[in-house]
Amino acid sequence: MKKIVAAGLFGLSLSASGLAMAEPVKIGMITTLSGGGAGLGIDTRDGFMLAIEQAGNDEIEVVIEDDGQKPELAVQIADKMIQSDQVDILTGIVWSNLAMAVVPSATAQGKFYVSTNAAPAALAGANCHPMYFNAAYQNDNLHEAAGEYANGQYEKMFIMAPNYPAGQDSLTGFKRYFKGEVTNEVYTQVGQTDYAAEIAQIRDSGAEAVFMFLPGGMGIAFMKQYAQSGVDIPVTGPGFSFSQDVLPAIGDAALGVKNSGQWAPDFDNEASKAFLAAFQEKYDRLPSIYAVQAYDAAQLILSAAAKADVKDADAFAAAMMEADIQSPRGDFSFNTNRHPIQDIYMMEVVKDGDVLTNATVEKVFDDHGDAYAEQCTQ
Amino acid sequence: MSSALLIEQLLNGLQLGVMLFLMAAGLTLIFGVMGLINLAHGSLYMVGAFACAWVAAETGSFWIGLVASLAAAAAMGAIVEIAIIRRLYKRDHLDQVLATFALILIFSEGTRWVFGSVPLYLNVPSQLAGFVTLPGGSRYQLYRLAIIGVGVAVALGLYLLISRTRLGMRIRAGESDREMIGALGVDIRTLYTIVFALGAALAGFAGAMVGALQSVQVGMGEPVLILAFVVIVIGGIGSIKGALVGAILVGLIDTMGRFLMPQIFSLFLGTSQAATAGAAVASMLIYIVMAIILAVRPQGLFAKG
Repeated sequence: MKKIVAAGLFGLSLSASGLAMAEPVKIGMITTLSGGGAGLGIDTRDGFMLAIEQAGNDEIEVVIEDDGQKPELAVQIADKMIQSDQVDILTGIVWSNLAMAVVPSATAQGKFYVSTNAAPAALAGANCHPMYFNAAYQNDNLHEAAGEYANGQYEKMFIMAPNYPAGQDSLTGFKRYFKGEVTNEVYTQVGQTDYAAEIAQIRDSGAEAVFMFLPGGMGIAFMKQYAQSGVDIPVTGPGFSFSQDVLPAIGDAALGVKNSGQWAPDFDNEASKAFLAAFQEKYDRLPSIYAVQAYDAAQLILSAAAKADVKDADAFAAAMMEADIQSPRGDFSFNTNRHPIQDIYMMEVVKDGDVLTNATVEKVFDDHGDAYAEQCTQ
Repeated sequence: MSSALLIEQLLNGLQLGVMLFLMAAGLTLIFGVMGLINLAHGSLYMVGAFACAWVAAETGSFWIGLVASLAAAAAMGAIVEIAIIRRLYKRDHLDQVLATFALILIFSEGTRWVFGSVPLYLNVPSQLAGFVTLPGGSRYQLYRLAIIGVGVAVALGLYLLISRTRLGMRIRAGESDREMIGALGVDIRTLYTIVFALGAALAGFAGAMVGALQSVQVGMGEPVLILAFVVIVIGGIGSIKGALVGAILVGLIDTMGRFLMPQIFSLFLGTSQAATAGAAVASMLIYIVMAIILAVRPQGLFAKG
């Protein structure tokens, strides 16, 4: 009898607490945890989970799967997560080509997608979707900042990126602001590991500097080969090419490289200091920009889940739009196309003790949106 | 376009070519002698790279790592041949493809289990670091030049092994009539194991040398495997000479395509479109060449019979 009463009380308390708290939210994270791009996905996962754990909300459940940087695998995982795991929100994809394969079909099936990184132009303009939010940036942003910054420094630039949506967005963004001459515009293969042919072109180009967007293992391979090649033209790039996940592998060859970004470990605001301390405490390494973006994505989802039921898409989207978070990046709000409006800086790779990291040089853009927001009408 | 750039790109093409030759030679040898299609050849390339990176990190010497890569790949090749491949010679090609594909998955997951998903890094040995100035004033990375040298030496060594030694004689005999050399009392099982281990060692060696230029990671062998198959299809399956010519051809076409295609396209397209379209066509170029060669000479350039 005692047992039955106890069980009844337990049941009551459960339902009572269930009423008090927001509805459960199930989040599916698809990210790259193996291969040359694994560093990006691992930081995405760890940054995201840090925010989830800090919130201590049992009603939030996250399932995580590795896409191996393969679009076909990402699509399969997304289908499985939507159909059998019945997730409410998808997140975590690092690469734009994978995002293009997954996001439109996920939002069409009535699922939210909150991007922690990938932000192809195609999803920011006319094909934007009320259930697609981007917590990171729009693909062009950091490249635009690098282009703007190069104006005062160089007249001739060699620019290079992989031949996929984010690569094309990269060079488009750079050229949108850079007013000097582009000597060569080179597209490499995604996942390319040997850059001998491109380095030979750089040597021959007569450019004063190289702007390169090669995230993950591609950038590591390029910088290693570049350092060995005897070409001494300075390299610049967006923060992705010189973020915390690749710096240890590139080594001293990266020292002094200027790169654009929305966050660096030396940011002097409370949210940034708290995030940095918590991340280092838990994972014993410096977070990369991917970790910050994923951390903010999780914060955004948590803030919206506290205000609205995820099953009520309009209310949840409205709660997301408020962007009621303290971002380590500082000012953060959503543009009309649900992409960030934020400040963008130029960083420099420095050595802090034995550790290579980025330090802030100057702010390039204040409250910067993107070029596609006007085309987004839904 | 300067002549220095052209020379540098030709050397780059040659370097890719000799690397592919090391892969393709083993593949074509195994097919020629045993009639086996070995998809797991890329995994042996990966085994060599991991062995070299790990041993080099432990001992601090790239050279010990290089020896370890040869030993590890050859040993792994011999073990796989004895344990699994041996049972496949009499089966048809579909069974061989299925079984060796399974081996790829086992090798990849096994390596991930042991070394983790994060790539390992292998540095160019200090003796070969830096660059050399070529006649004509262009600079070229010393390590890549060394790879070309090693590749040419291996090609020469293989030629001597096959044309001048008893083992080579048996390999040639095995290629032309498998039953007959068994009937003549040659220990065909051991011969097969040796040939397989030799092919594996070449693949592992290639993996180790490329590992110092790139990153050593799970799945690094498969893109190279596909190129190696293109090479042996172009060169004629089973022919070492075909593998050499095919490899150099593929290396040069791929490198020159990546660099010339965007320039050709820029004659009639805007810069950005030319760059993307050129890069896209360049990545298909070797397959287009393979299709043309297959249409004109279905047996490949140097096929026997």
